Amino acid sequence: MSDDRPPQPPKGLGPLAKREMRFAYMMLLPTFAIVLSVVLFPLFANVWISFKPVTLGDLRAPSILVNERLMGDVEAVGDEADIRYRIRNSSRQSDIAAVFMTDELPATLDILNVDDRCTLDGSVLACDLGDYEAGKREDVIVRVAATQAFLDAPINVKDTEAAFEFDPENVLINDDFTLDNFRKVFNGSDFWPVLWASLYYTIAGTIGALVMGLFAAQLMNMTFRGRSFLRGLYLSPYVAPVIAVALAWVLLLDPGPGGTLNALLIQLGVIDGPINFLGQRVAEIRFLGLSFDFPVALTVVIIFEIWRYFPLAMLFILARMQSVSTDIYEAAEIDGATPLQQFRFISLPQLAGIMAVLFLLRFIWTFNKFDDIFLLTGGAAGTRTLTVNVYEQAFAVSNLGAGAAVAVVVFLILLVFSVIFFKFSPEDDA
Amino acid sequence: MSRFGNIFYLCLLFGALWGAIATILVTLLALFISGELFQPQVTAGAIAGLVTAGVLTGFTPERRTLGICVLSAFIFVLVLTVTSGAEPLGLAMSTYSFGQLIAVVVTAWLVTFAINTTAKGFGPSRERRYNVEVICLRFVKGFGIVAFTIAVALPFFVMVMMSLKNQQMLLSNPLDFSINFEQGFTALFRSYIELFTQYHFGSYLMNSALVSVVTVLITLFFAVPGAYAVARLKFPGQHFLSRSILLIYMVPMIVLVIPLYAIFSQLGMRNTLWGLMLVYPATTIPVALYMLQGYFRGIPAELEEAGLMDGLSRLNVIRKITLPLALPAMASVALYVFMIAWNEFLFAFMFLDNVDLYTLSRGIAELNSSEVPRQHLMAGAVIATVPVLALFLWFERFLVAGLTAGSVKG
Repeated sequence: MSDDRPPQPPKGLGPLAKREMRFAYMMLLPTFAIVLSVVLFPLFANVWISFKPVTLGDLRAPSILVNERLMGDVEAVGDEADIRYRIRNSSRQSDIAAVFMTDELPATLDILNVDDRCTLDGSVLACDLGDYEAGKREDVIVRVAATQAFLDAPINVKDTEAAFEFDPENVLINDDFTLDNFRKVFNGSDFWPVLWASLYYTIAGTIGALVMGLFAAQLMNMTFRGRSFLRGLYLSPYVAPVIAVALAWVLLLDPGPGGTLNALLIQLGVIDGPINFLGQRVAEIRFLGLSFDFPVALTVVIIFEIWRYFPLAMLFILARMQSVSTDIYEAAEIDGATPLQQFRFISLPQLAGIMAVLFLLRFIWTFNKFDDIFLLTGGAAGTRTLTVNVYEQAFAVSNLGAGAAVAVVVFLILLVFSVIFFKFSPEDDA
Repeated sequence: MSRFGNIFYLCLLFGALWGAIATILVTLLALFISGELFQPQVTAGAIAGLVTAGVLTGFTPERRTLGICVLSAFIFVLVLTVTSGAEPLGLAMSTYSFGQLIAVVVTAWLVTFAINTTAKGFGPSRERRYNVEVICLRFVKGFGIVAFTIAVALPFFVMVMMSLKNQQMLLSNPLDFSINFEQGFTALFRSYIELFTQYHFGSYLMNSALVSVVTVLITLFFAVPGAYAVARLKFPGQHFLSRSILLIYMVPMIVLVIPLYAIFSQLGMRNTLWGLMLVYPATTIPVALYMLQGYFRGIPAELEEAGLMDGLSRLNVIRKITLPLALPAMASVALYVFMIAWNEFLFAFMFLDNVDLYTLSRGIAELNSSEVPRQHLMAGAVIATVPVLALFLWFERFLVAGLTAGSVKG
């Protein structure tokens, strides 16, 4: 019976494929390890922290402090005194478990009596002190008597320091959880303005960088002398360190004396007095009897964003443009299509794919941006985005938990964007 | 049929615009160089440009000889001088007479050149829509190049010039970018010298270089095998992996900062360069891997199969065939990663407290206070910018090819 069946393809992986798979996993393993430990683990840790009442101060782990003294006068052989260890938990918030003390006692003292929790092994004192709740302090007493040797060469008991072993409670891993951080984030009066500023910054910055990139790519697609020099120049905002260009902009836009742009605009007669470009939240604009508020600082920050990232869009669009065959343009030329028509009906459709990818990528990266705004305005004057808010909460207000909660919100929004990105990104053969 | 058609009127418009633009540019340049308060004569420039365009493009293209061009330029000078009341740069000709003369001649040359280029090949008569668009686009593109160049170069220009001035000069006239060579080398580069002698910039430079180079090495060490595996080998989960790599690159750094700060603080790794050398590669490996896998796919599989047939092991195939072919790709990835690590600000700012460990980004952030004069700040910015920009311009072709071919396809 079984002989009649047609031969079956082998089930599962053959030995060769298995070897290849093992090889592949081996090559990917180190990458996984490092990315897992520095990217994915912190991601989960961030979520964890967002449910905890942690402040910056809590990061300093609690420890045991001790003060060791010889109490009593020893003037003759046989005089008795106490060695007193005054021990306390340095933290007023966190407990410390399993405190264990060891100390070397001076051999020249007769030890009469030790604390119940301690044992003596030769001249080594070992004490099992149990748990110390927050702020607890207590004394451990060792009764000693002086010998002639001690009187001849008095020893300060502090010279041998008591050593401690203990388990400090770690706020990061204890079982305190709270929703307060999230409550604070969503109830805070500034959550919605911050979210709005984030979205405005992201959308305007992305579209602006793309449009400028498209324009610049058109310019760089012409042949003229000095083109490669200009291309290098145009790429430099993207290549230069953010701190260098951001601070150059800050000085350029300075409203005080010494601000170049304000002086320039006044010299040109465009404005009467200096404008505080990075410090002014809104300017009222009257137009046809209507007046509306124009967000000054936020717009300037967006212009910086466009200035810094148009080169990237230019680069990718230019590469795509140069890969389009010229035949199609020649054909259009023969058919009498004007330059604008060629751009509208040939170039744009050809570039649509790369523009879509760039839009989605830049959108996400702009949403993630922190350093640009932080360096330009520090989040003042209505430029506080969600990412800047993470920093503000965690390190300026030093509430790590609240910062982490904002970070969770950032990450969730981003997750939505990413899903959209992968849904709509053109399928390549990756 | 009129001799003058739509093209002529367009040229008049563009002539006026070029006249205004060139007047503003040259006047501001004169102002930057001399420190004198020149005032752009925009209206005069526009009128002069319009007249010049009228003369030049009144001729048919083949009759616009060099002589005609010189004549048009001369007419520009004449009209500009007359309409501006003999103050073409907004100041009496008695100050910097020779310099002003040069500036006016340069303006005239620029305007004539721009009009001639814009109207090249087209006569004053009426033309069809195609040629009208060509002329308009020429103007837009020319204007675009001027605008982009200024917008990009101005902050860098200001950065370099401010670093060479002193505080009083900057505050008294912020538009004076003249360089005083008479004060000597030491005085001119005073802020640079002080940064290196008093502000530890030598050690910042070393730290930045160390961290960046180590980041590049670690990234390549991890990303090359990973990229090869994703691109070439077949294994379950391959598709998912190659996609999730990019996903990891989208994780915002600010989300990682709080947990890493907390954990590194507890482990005692926060105030160390080791911490940075762990974090930077972890954030650059995904993008490097993504770029490299694009390259590895581009290398014909037949080459490797031939190697396998000849009895080479997979590891030797990679070592002897694939890697040499991917060398340019690796160079561009290395450059890109170097750039990211060199420019990184957030983690350096958050993690480093110890002056001896500062990277350039962290060091410059420290200069950004009211106690430090701003020319020092700008000198610091220049010091951070020059190495990475020089490296980039040197290998530009490499990087451009690498970035566009490897990472995003479309």
